[in-house]
Amino acid sequence: MCTSFMGELMTATHNFTTGTGNTFKAALYFTTATLNASTTAYSTTGEITNTSGTGYTAGGVTVTNGTSPTATNTSVTAGAAYWTPTASFQWTALTVTTAFDTVLLYNSSASGKAVSVHTFGAQTITAGTFTLTMPTNSSSAALLRLTTT
Amino acid sequence: MIITTTKGDMDDSLLEHRQGSLDNENEYTTWDEYYLDGELVHRSVHVTLKKMPSFAVGATASF
Repeated sequence: MCTSFMGELMTATHNFTTGTGNTFKAALYFTTATLNASTTAYSTTGEITNTSGTGYTAGGVTVTNGTSPTATNTSVTAGAAYWTPTASFQWTALTVTTAFDTVLLYNSSASGKAVSVHTFGAQTITAGTFTLTMPTNSSSAALLRLTTT
Repeated sequence: MIITTTKGDMDDSLLEHRQGSLDNENEYTTWDEYYLDGELVHRSVHVTLKKMPSFAVGATASF
């Protein structure tokens, strides 16, 4: 999770409410890109580009938000708030032969402010489909989880 | 089954099919590759993200 995102939660910069909230997007990055907790916003630097064809569009894909965030108490002194997109991120008819391994989730309604960075094993795609399926939307596995201890 | 390849749509009977997977604490990933005369002409990947690390934003003492 991006550190700037946590601060921005305190300024109501991000709204994950289903239907009326912000639009979030997911963009892919080459293995050579440097994205981490200090990433503050979407950038085209290091973002993947098509080796051929038009399967990838700069900025990535729009995230499906079918379920608003959930907040739950796990004890009298601890709890968790969590959220997960309700559909996979998918790119079809894609050819990217330079390895990529990172997806950036960002708020396209808020000047591209970064939400979180997630990495996976380096991949290439040849005339194929790249699908990124989300974890279970639960207090222990959701894509975004804020917990008190 | 018809496979989209760098050479156009082709019947999979003409292609060599290779599959693989990766399973660790971060992801479960599978891939399908098709080769024509040793040349990679199709590769698709499906990554399933697993449990993401949580971000603790408080402590009991801070309540």
